[in-house]
Amino acid sequence: MSPVIALLRRDLLLAWRRKSDATTALGFFVIVASLFPLAVGADATLLRAIGPGVIWVGALLATLLGLPRLFAADQDDGTLEQMLLAPQALPVMVMAKIAAHWIVCGLPLCLVAPVLGLQYGLPTDALLVLVAGLLLGTPIVCLLAAIGAALTLGLRGGGVLVSVVVLPLDVPVLILGAGAVDATLNGLGAQAHLSLLGALLIVFLLATPWVVAFALRIASD
Amino acid sequence: MSRPSLFRYASPAVFYPLAGRLWPWFAVLAAGLAMAGLWIGLLVAPTDAQQGDAYRIIFIHVPAAWMSMLIYLVMAGYAALSLIFNTRLSAMMMRALAPTGALFTVVALWTGALWGRPTWGAWWVWDARLTSELILLFLYLGFIALQAAIDDPRRADRAGALVALVGAVNVPIIYFSVTWWNTLHQGASISLTRAPTMAHEMITAMLLVTFAAWSYAVAIALFRVRLIIRDREQQAAWMQESSEGR
Repeated sequence: MSPVIALLRRDLLLAWRRKSDATTALGFFVIVASLFPLAVGADATLLRAIGPGVIWVGALLATLLGLPRLFAADQDDGTLEQMLLAPQALPVMVMAKIAAHWIVCGLPLCLVAPVLGLQYGLPTDALLVLVAGLLLGTPIVCLLAAIGAALTLGLRGGGVLVSVVVLPLDVPVLILGAGAVDATLNGLGAQAHLSLLGALLIVFLLATPWVVAFALRIASD
Repeated sequence: MSRPSLFRYASPAVFYPLAGRLWPWFAVLAAGLAMAGLWIGLLVAPTDAQQGDAYRIIFIHVPAAWMSMLIYLVMAGYAALSLIFNTRLSAMMMRALAPTGALFTVVALWTGALWGRPTWGAWWVWDARLTSELILLFLYLGFIALQAAIDDPRRADRAGALVALVGAVNVPIIYFSVTWWNTLHQGASISLTRAPTMAHEMITAMLLVTFAAWSYAVAIALFRVRLIIRDREQQAAWMQESSEGR
């Protein structure tokens, strides 16, 4: 079995054994999205207008929530050191860890999002675009946050720090993702937004694992 | 003695006295240029036909906005240098520039708000350039926060350099996405390729203040890098000698 698959399986198994991590992020997402109508009022047109943005911001924050701990447990028990020393390429293993994290924390968000979208009165085609955008966008958020997680490894206040460092970089994802739903609502078609999101995903998939690997080496010098 | 090269000044021990000699000159230059530029800008330049005297804030606003972006680029340049050549001084310069860059970003946003109130009728609008300037401020703050959180200076330098580089790579993406999102800001009035659409005094004043801001940035960065060197190299023999000599 290739080490990458093994690592992926191990992370998924660990997440399965301790389900609270994944469900906490999901609960956070649902609660945040449900708080907004309470704050701004139940006006249906207003909710439909802010819905895509609120759901996207909620998904962004929920994805970031678990990420500061992406490498922490591995560092505590020495697994990370073994990964750094292993003959396999570190970026590939980093990739496996991020993929596992996305499957555990990102994918459920994408699947729950349409339900929240219904609460905001979004029509079916907009819901589909919302899910498509989240499927393309949340991996980018995970990848970027992994850089922050690696850099802040073992620092006090790591969680908030990751958000401060990484959130500005997530702006394009947010604009394109929420913009895709808005464009659908306005009858413009979301293809351009989704294509750009896909392009960003490819770029970040290619580049980020190396940056994360480098950051891990900095952090464990 | 080996042949002299630019890398000679990559040594903090050599750069420290050089920075000490240079920064007062840049400070004086900055003060002189700023006075000249503001005198022309505030007193000599004609009143704008549409915007009245409110436009005069651009003599601070535009240089500050330029510098905020330029300093981020320079910072990213030093970050790349420090990661590639592993030079400590590059990282120190990067660190010394960050607060100045953040300061210019705040000044640009602030003066922009002061200008926007009489001209657009709002302190803040979610226009592409304002928003990207705000995000630039967040990038600076993230960089500073990360550096401040790491106690080990080596690790702080390398981590900060990585963040600065990642930010610099993302800046165009952020800029284009925000531009696409919304735009209200007027097009650039200054271009190298076509004749300027402003009076000559205005251009002169703006350039003078820009050079003043530039000199100020150099002066304060050199001053700050001296403090960083003094802080980090206090154990070094040359530092103890030089402080005894004074």
